[in-house]
Parts: sequence; structure tokens; C-alpha cells
Amino acid sequence: MVVISTENMDRFVAELTAGEGVRPDRLLQHLYKIQYRYSCIPDQAIRQLGDALGLAPVQIQAVIDFYSFLHHSPRGDFDILFSDSITDHMDGSRELMHQLCAKLGVRPGEPRPDGRVTVAATSCTGMCDQGPAMLVNGLALIRLDSERVDRVAALVEAGTPLDGWPSEWFMVEDNIRRSDILLERNIAPGDALRALLREGPERLLQQLDDSDLRGRGGAGFMTPLKWEFCRKVPSDIRYVVCNADEGEPGTFKDRVLLQSYADEVIEGMTLGAGIIGGRQGFIYLRGEYRYLLEELEAVLQRRREQGLLGRDILGQPGFDFDIEIHMGAGAYICGEESALLDSLEGRRGIARKRPPFPVTAGYLGKPTVVNNVETLVAAAKIAVLGSEWFRSRGTGDSTGTKLLSVSGDCRYPGIYEYPMGVQIREILEDCGAVDPQAVQVAGAAGKTLPAIEFERCIACEDAATGGSFMVFNRQRDMLDMVRNFSHFFVHESCGFCTPCRVGGSLLKDLVDKVHAGHATEYDLQEMRRIGMTMQNTSHCGLGQTAPNAVLDTLDKFPESYQARLKSTEFVPAFDLDGALSEARSITGRDDAGAHLEEEV
Amino acid sequence: MSGEKSFRIDGREIPFTEDQTIMDAALAAGEYIPHLCHNPEFTPHGSCRVCVVRHKGRYISSCTQPAMAGMEIENSSEQINDYRKILLQMLFVEGNHVCPGCEKSGACQLQAVAYYVGMLSPRFTHFFPRRELDASHPDIVLDLNRCILCELCVRASRDVDGKNVFVVNGRGIQSHLVVNSPTGKLGDSELTLDDKAVQVCPVGAILSRHQGYEVPIGQRLYDQQPISLVGDVAAAENKEKEHG
Repeated sequence: MVVISTENMDRFVAELTAGEGVRPDRLLQHLYKIQYRYSCIPDQAIRQLGDALGLAPVQIQAVIDFYSFLHHSPRGDFDILFSDSITDHMDGSRELMHQLCAKLGVRPGEPRPDGRVTVAATSCTGMCDQGPAMLVNGLALIRLDSERVDRVAALVEAGTPLDGWPSEWFMVEDNIRRSDILLERNIAPGDALRALLREGPERLLQQLDDSDLRGRGGAGFMTPLKWEFCRKVPSDIRYVVCNADEGEPGTFKDRVLLQSYADEVIEGMTLGAGIIGGRQGFIYLRGEYRYLLEELEAVLQRRREQGLLGRDILGQPGFDFDIEIHMGAGAYICGEESALLDSLEGRRGIARKRPPFPVTAGYLGKPTVVNNVETLVAAAKIAVLGSEWFRSRGTGDSTGTKLLSVSGDCRYPGIYEYPMGVQIREILEDCGAVDPQAVQVAGAAGKTLPAIEFERCIACEDAATGGSFMVFNRQRDMLDMVRNFSHFFVHESCGFCTPCRVGGSLLKDLVDKVHAGHATEYDLQEMRRIGMTMQNTSHCGLGQTAPNAVLDTLDKFPESYQARLKSTEFVPAFDLDGALSEARSITGRDDAGAHLEEEV
Repeated sequence: MSGEKSFRIDGREIPFTEDQTIMDAALAAGEYIPHLCHNPEFTPHGSCRVCVVRHKGRYISSCTQPAMAGMEIENSSEQINDYRKILLQMLFVEGNHVCPGCEKSGACQLQAVAYYVGMLSPRFTHFFPRRELDASHPDIVLDLNRCILCELCVRASRDVDGKNVFVVNGRGIQSHLVVNSPTGKLGDSELTLDDKAVQVCPVGAILSRHQGYEVPIGQRLYDQQPISLVGDVAAAENKEKEHG
């Protein structure tokens, strides 16, 4: 049992909740701060929070257990999480994790008894262009290799605080490889807000409407329409939320925007507030991007001092809007806008039923617009530069440009901005992909495109994407990707609906069965049936898209499966070796002799 | 009834009023749509997905979808029935559902809906999870082996009883029901036999003690007639209580 110092914890918790009244909606933010400070949320803190927020301990425990980055038991002085994205795997992250575990004498996921360190894996941390990556106490550490891992082990053993670690390890790079109109630096802080005050909300909304701006998160809903809906709903208060929970494996373009274009992002939010009549905004920042928090807070503060945020913005009486940053805590589902709202309200992130949509009943039941980071930047620039400026790029259905996060088997991974409608082939040439066999567009939830589909285009009407673009060369086994994704979705399913909760698990087990060489043609048919059921009957987008990679590769890379099939006959699911696991645990044996031989 | 709005289910005209969901209107018109997590006394949940129907090529849960005039809803196609059967099979392998040894057999909605959709076997690999049986309460037993996470007890305890006795904890396939009490045991919670939360479980997860097998197997609700004719077990038991 690891024991940690909980010195002054009661005071720490008391200060968090002081002067706020009973605000159960603050729960997640308090938990995040306690976790960050003490590496766990012990019973004492749960009881204290429960008293302050009017919640039962078990209700608080349910929130802790939902979020990957919150823990009831201590993680120790150093909580190390290796990014488990398929691109990190391809860069050797698994081997590096085992190397670190061996050096430190720990097993993955188990805290070392002296309370020094825990080493584990976590879903994609959004550093795919500079991986393998890890998080150390919530901060991103990039470009791991064997030597760096040895040095990490030494620093951990020496107990060196993070500010004594080489600072270049934490210097996350932008890696912008191609820029177009969105990444051009051509608006100054306040420009869009001045345009708003000059033109008025109706005319600006018309301007946005003329631009045909669609949401950049992947779903492609018309942004101006969303704003107009929200604006028209009668309410005393409206909210603007920036969805910075960029969790789709292989996506990292929002990280770059938040790091280097924060003013444009916040300008877009403030513009949105001015148009819909919002008074309060939130940036829901994924926990993996914790390292951006101080810098973002500083930009918010500077903008308040510049009169671009807060009361009477730009001297306009009644134009009041301010922004608070909320931290996510390791839950991919919270990228879904209604789950994000539940999380903002301090609860487990479960996608809501719709209708009602957030524009009518969002945060705390009030009209809310939730927009992707990139959408907000585009909106701010359209307000200044006009709809024709935006429409100068793209296709008829998909105007403007799209930021792509390119990673995997290519020479130049990073951010590429292309006009909508760009061909996959062109991107592959630009990023230096060598002998690619497939591109995974839109992340684990997206589409697997084999070489014969490289003529297809990135656009809402063709290969739609929130920005993830992962390249796989001909040496890769596509089943490794499928396995990675199916494990990812089991880990990230919220568990609310049957098809995603159970179907996802069944699908993962079948993929593993194929991988182990035990599957038959019958199992492949079962995977299709389960996958189709998930696609068509799941409650939200997570479950609906979770089987995509399996279904796509069954069609497009059948050889990855066929090569591993045991026979064409039925093989029972019963796993004889697995059935012996209890006997092994009773006898304390786990050597080769205690296992039945694997037949592959 | 002129001027009343209507839509169609499998071609049959179903009248509806403002604020009714597809499920509400269907049940009122005597059109059965299979369901597990839905109980008309509570806010629709939409988690079991068994009530999916098809509208304009898309599958939607009828318990959460507001009815709209002119909708053409498909409820009993072979494809929909197949999806429902798969969802039932998923629930059966997720927990430990041993019908022959369950006190609820014959009055269990999971079992009855499984019969209705023609499920003959669980088909998928059983998870065989290790789940707790909580017999700490003098009047009520909680057998988590049979829980299907419909959250009806959660909703009933929160919205009707005002006690918040049940909470869902965990995430994904680890999701499970927990009891709000100092020890986590039902016996130390505020739950009492007359709580709504005790009366809404569609399966045998929450059972009253001291009255096992009062109605013999073979004479129970769904032993007599299919669920499409007699409806939810909770409603039937309510009615029985009211009429003695």
C-alpha cells in the first residue's frame, strides 16, 4: 500500500470550495486539482467535498472512476503515462514502456510500493508528430527514445522534481508544414470584435452564412445556422463552449491552434458570444494538454486588460463576456458535445439524448453553442476578412481550408493546411509517405482508405475528417491498427448503451481471437453482425463509429484476417489456457510450463 | 378525432398529442415496441436500445424520439428484429442470467422480450463476470449478476423516493450499479420495501425477500401471454396491488 503525504489537504480542499456556495457542478474541477496536487483523491477529500457540495461519497467516487486521470489510490511522486496511439506503437512506445518498467522495477499500472512512481499507458495524447510521447504528472514529454527513457528512470530514482528535468523534453513543437489562409497571421486581437460592433450581429451572421462555414470537428454542421438557432431561443443566459477535448487518435491540430493561435480562438468565442448574446464561455481543455493551461490563462488575462474580454468589451456598454477554462480528465467521450456538457457540469460524461439539442438546452439546461477550436478561428477571420476570402478555397459543399494532423509512416509529420477538396495522393506526396498501403482518415472513428482510394478528397462530401490523417506503409500489419482501435474504444466507451458497452467488448475479443490465430470464417461474420448493430443502434457517435475500422478492413484488407484464420470450420470460443488462469493464480505460477502451448 | 395529429408504424395510423414520444403514442395505441429501460412513469432514458425503430433509413430509439406528424416508422422488419435479438444476446452474455434458477423467471422482462424477438440462444461468448449478491438488507436482495444497467432503480430512487440509493459507477464494460450507503451494502442504505426503486426492476436484480415463488412457475405473467399483449411486469404488478 502506497502512502502519500496528505499534509494540509483539508485546508486545500476547503480553499477550493470556499465562498462558492453549494456547487456540485464544480466537482470535476475540484477533483482535477486535488489529483494534480496529491496524486490521488483519498476518502478524506471525498468526504470533505461531499459535505461542501451536497453529494454522497459514492456519487463522487462514480465521477472519479469515470475519468482515467482521477484516482482513488495514490500514483506516487511520478505518474508516467505512455501514449498508446497506434502511431506511438509504430514508433516503439510499447518497447520503451517495458524498458522503463524494467529499469524502475514496476509492472504497468501498478504503483511502486515506495510511492515513487507508476508507469502505465493512456489513450493518444496528441503528440503523434513528435512521438513516442508520455505524460509525466500531467505534462507532455516528447520524442522518447531508449536513451531518454534511461535518463527518465534515473531522474525518477533520484526524485528530481520536474523543473529539474531537461526543459527541451517538454518543448512541444508546432511542426506546421504547410499553411494556407487560416494559418496566415493577418488579424490582430480585437479585429473581429470591432467588425462585430461596426456591422452588428445580423450582418455578421449573414457574412458567416455566406461563407458556408461548417464545423471543423468532423460532423460538418453549418456553424452560422447553429449560432442563429441559439440566438433565437428565448433565455436569460446563453453559453459559448470551445471544444478543446481533441481526443481522436492521431489528431493534434487544435493543440497547435491553442498553443500558437490562442488569440484567434478566443476572438472567435467572443465573436460568437456577441452574436448569440452569450455572457459566459468555457474552454474545455483535454487533460493531456494541461501544459497549455498557464499560457492560455495568461492570454485570457491579457485580453481582459486590453478590453477584449470581461465587462463592456471594447467600451461597448452591456457587451459582457468572460471565459473560464475547464480541464478534462481523460475521457474521449467528452469530445462529444453533449457528454462534454455533462462533464462541464461536473458529472460523468454521458452523451445526452437529443432532442433537445445544446442550442436549446445545453450547459445547465440553457442555450449553448459548442464549437471546435478550428471553427472558432475560421469564424473570427471571416468576420474580418469576409466570406469571399474564405470561399476562395475549397469545394462547393466544403468551403475554406482544413487543418490536417499528419502522422505515421511519413518523413514530415505535422500540421498541413489544405484547401478542402485536396486529394489524399497529394497529401501523401507532400508529407513524404514511402510506399503507403493505407491512410486512416478521421482517426480511430474514421475510414480506412487503401491505395485504390487515394484519389479521394478531403471534404465533407467525400472523406470527412476532424483532422486526423495517419499513414501506414506496406510493412505494417493493418490488423495491429484494428486491434489498437478496438481496445481504445472498449477503454473509452462510457458504458451507457448496450451495443457500445457490450458489442465493443465482444468485437475487441474477436479481433484478439483473429490476432491469436484462433478465429474462423464464422467469427468474421460475427464481427460484421456485431459491428453493424453497433453502427445502427448505438446511442451516440462513439458507438456508431467504433466498429468502422473493423468493418472497413474486413472489406478492404481481407488478407489481414484470412491469413490468420485457423480453418474454415467452427472453433468454440472456450479458451482452454484461459480456463487455467485461476489454477495458475492459486498455485502462484505463471511460467511457460503452466500454460498450454499456443498453436498458431 | 378530426384534426388530431398522427404518424404511421408499419403502415398503421397512430394518433399522438404534443410532447409524446413515438413510444408513448405507440403504447397508447396498443402498438407494442419492445423495450427494457423504458417505463412510462419515468423520464425516457434510451440506453438499452431495444426499442430502436427505423425512420427515413436511420435507426432511432422510439422512447426518446418525439413523435412528429407524418412520420413513417418501421417497427417490425426482419432487420430490426435481428438487431433487437443481438442486443438481447449481448445483455444475456454480459451478465450471469440463469433463467432456470431465477426467482423472476416467467415475470422477467429480459426473458419475455427475448422470447418475443425469437432469441433461442445467447450466441456470443459469455463474459461470466464476478458480481456481487448483496443480501444484507432484511427485506430486499440485490443480485448484480442480473443487472442490465437500465437505471430504472437509479431514476426511481432519485426522482420518486428522493433517496439516491443507487448510482452507476465505472465506465464502459466496467460500469456497474453501486449502493449509496456508508458500507456500500444495501442493508445500511435508506432503501425500504415500499420504495419505488424496489418495484421497477425489469429483471431479477432487485427482489423482495420472504415471498419467493408465491406464484408458481408456469402461472406467471409471461407464462400466460406474450409481453406484446400484457406489457411491462412493473405495471402489471402495480395494477395487481391496486386491485388487491
